[in-house]
Amino acid sequence: MIPELGNFSLVLALSLAVLLSVLPMVGVYRNNQLLMTLSRPICSGIWVFMVVSFSCLAWAFLYDDFSVAYVARNSNTLLPWYYKFTAVWGGHEGSLLLWVLMVASWTYAVSLFSRNLPLDILARVLSVMGIISVCFLLFMLLTSNPFDRLMLNTPAEGTDLNPLLQDFGLIVHPPFLYMGYVGFSVAYAFAITALLTGKLDAAWARWTRPWTNTAWAFLTIGIALGSWWAYYELGWGGWWFWDPVENVAFMPWLVGTALIHSLAVTEKRGVFKSWTVLLAIAAFSLSLLGTFIVRSGLITSVHAFAVDPERGLVLLAILLLVIGASLFLYALRAPVVKGSASYTATSREVFLLINNILLVVSTAGILLGTLYPLIHEAINGEANMVSVGPPYFNTIFLPLMAILAAFLTVGSISRWKKTSLSYLKQQLMKVLVCSVVLGILVPLVVTREVNVAIFIAVTLAFWIVFGIVRDIQIKTANKNSLVAGLKSLSLSYYGMQIAHLGMAVIILGICLTSHYSVEQDVRLAPGEQLEIGRYTFIFVGVSPVQGPNYVADAGEITVLKNGKSYLSLFPEKRTYRATGSVQTEADINVGFFRDLFAALGDPRGEDAWVVRIHVKPFVFWIWLGAFLMAGGGITAILDKRYRVRETKNLKAKTSEQVKASGSIDLLGEAS
Amino acid sequence: MANEKKQPMNKRLKLFIPVAVFITMAGFLLFGLTRDPNIVPSALVDKPLPEFSLPGLYPETGEFSRADIVGDILIVNIWGSWCLPCHIEHPFLLEMSEKDPSLTFVGISYDDSMAEDRLFLEERGNPFDYNVVDLGGSLRIDLGVTGAPETFLVDANGMILYRHIGAIDSTIWKNTFEPLLAQIR
Repeated sequence: MIPELGNFSLVLALSLAVLLSVLPMVGVYRNNQLLMTLSRPICSGIWVFMVVSFSCLAWAFLYDDFSVAYVARNSNTLLPWYYKFTAVWGGHEGSLLLWVLMVASWTYAVSLFSRNLPLDILARVLSVMGIISVCFLLFMLLTSNPFDRLMLNTPAEGTDLNPLLQDFGLIVHPPFLYMGYVGFSVAYAFAITALLTGKLDAAWARWTRPWTNTAWAFLTIGIALGSWWAYYELGWGGWWFWDPVENVAFMPWLVGTALIHSLAVTEKRGVFKSWTVLLAIAAFSLSLLGTFIVRSGLITSVHAFAVDPERGLVLLAILLLVIGASLFLYALRAPVVKGSASYTATSREVFLLINNILLVVSTAGILLGTLYPLIHEAINGEANMVSVGPPYFNTIFLPLMAILAAFLTVGSISRWKKTSLSYLKQQLMKVLVCSVVLGILVPLVVTREVNVAIFIAVTLAFWIVFGIVRDIQIKTANKNSLVAGLKSLSLSYYGMQIAHLGMAVIILGICLTSHYSVEQDVRLAPGEQLEIGRYTFIFVGVSPVQGPNYVADAGEITVLKNGKSYLSLFPEKRTYRATGSVQTEADINVGFFRDLFAALGDPRGEDAWVVRIHVKPFVFWIWLGAFLMAGGGITAILDKRYRVRETKNLKAKTSEQVKASGSIDLLGEAS
Repeated sequence: MANEKKQPMNKRLKLFIPVAVFITMAGFLLFGLTRDPNIVPSALVDKPLPEFSLPGLYPETGEFSRADIVGDILIVNIWGSWCLPCHIEHPFLLEMSEKDPSLTFVGISYDDSMAEDRLFLEERGNPFDYNVVDLGGSLRIDLGVTGAPETFLVDANGMILYRHIGAIDSTIWKNTFEPLLAQIR
């Protein structure tokens, strides 16, 4: 019964989503207040039914209802309850259900937190989001229903969840990632609304910014968690593979980053308007493209579970509708939202434009690399001579990011409208000299050698950090005390600086880990040891261990630091009972300046094992940087100007604005 | 609205670039869907395995050429330790090579991570009878490899019978490899 209830809830959610995509829009064009106000209760309805539906599927997993095909394929009675729960999104159908639940949640959140929006704007935004819900609910119900039953031969036991997915990282990674992916639908809906109304002003940018920041912060954390998962679960110590699935999550992130910056320009200076709209459409389009590529199995990847051309075609149709129609609308309506303010060649506007260009070009490079095998095959008729791997992506991406980092400091210290070169020189000369000197000295002192890559990375990191310090100095120079000055700076300013600091931290983390990691694979018998730098690894031995749904060989390695007892590592090699698949569980001691990583290889007779040991300096900084970025994004949203001023000014204006924009629509229809 | 009309035509056309780019991309995606990723590009069917002379993954095995490996039924697998789908595929290859000793498994690995590849096999088991490194990527080019993993079925005369793009699993094995194997045996 419960799965049927879930299925029924999905159908109800679909019906309501159809109403949401039609009624408020009709209300806008008929100027019918009632239809427009209906959008809010409909949103809560959709959300409630999606939650019910999701809970039903979770119930089916927790109670081992293997008559549901999806549960039978992705669960097993031996699976611990928390993995049964996360198995809900362990496969195609359930991922999609989570995806739609997220759309419903964002839509509901917009209807809750946008009390200040003029009703006609809110009605349009919610309608657009309703259309997205309709598309994906239809897709799910028609091609990938998670509640489909196995009518005959209900299996007594399920196939089990892929062991790679039985892991804490996978409990939290997809929800965050999807929150980010789907969150860009809000910016997208706002962009479509701007195109429809032809109204794109500072207020529009101010409404859009918090939503974009939130989605971007979620996506940042989602990607970081995915990378962290790859780092410890795949047992290879790598944290980024340029796998198609990583790329399709990374592209919306890059464009979202560009969007955050261009929204700042649009809000503060009223320029780059149509560009901002295009970026908002692009960010969500790339999210959809990512969903399409992963879900259609178009490009081989670790995450693509099922290849099904029919699903792919339906998804492609959705893509054509959502992306194609909105880009077409953009082509027709973009001239209406043109900006008119002026700026000079060295203004902050231009530096932010450079930021946007670099981010968009790197996105284009990654998109090309991801789709290249496909394009090549389509043009040449047969597949040959193409293999795009990490070398291509690194060559394209790293130099662009280095330039981006170099401009970051210049951009954030420059002023709107006009900044003289001599001012920039005066403010940044010391910063430049200090960072170059430290870029040479620090690696030299620590490792007694310098190479170009290390020099560039360390210099850029210091360049950003000192740039932040210098900027805060400038901003607080006129205040009585430093504390008073620091208090006078807004939260959105701090958000920006925290996120930029995150960028410096990531640069250091990536570069230092890539260059200074020591990786050794050795055959060790009990009692034998391996020395890496200050650390001595002593192999104690391996003993059998029983897990809930696996048996494992658990190794023990004692680590000495400078000859003194320090800690122990317990890497495991697990064999999962249901599928018989073998999984390496590395044990990692995470530290601020270095990770100690141990994984078990194969037994080599006489109790000896092949053991893989890494000492990875600064690898933690990669994730630390990502969390700083996300934290910066969230801090900026907390700025009071997104709340107080809005409430005061807009409540008075609301009815007037509805009238005004209503008349614009009438004009638009008449002409 | 008056502002709109003043826009020169070519400037307005520029605004259609994004939608044009997207439509082009959608075309490629549609092509990608209509193509069955498991079907052999016809150019390679019944062609002999290309000639090559490449070093082994382990220095002690020396060089391998086409003549060294042709003679049995070959499962030629292109892989790399950096390739995630290869990690997924690996246990199945291991299982098959143990289950069916009459098949000769040939691992062709990418040349960018030989040390990593050796460690991978050491840690997770070696399903391959021959381990060859595609130094310089020439064999990949001759075989028309689009990425990793790819698997070729080669008969005892050295003719390519089947090519599979992407990881293989038991379903793919049962549906495509087994019927072909039954034919040639």
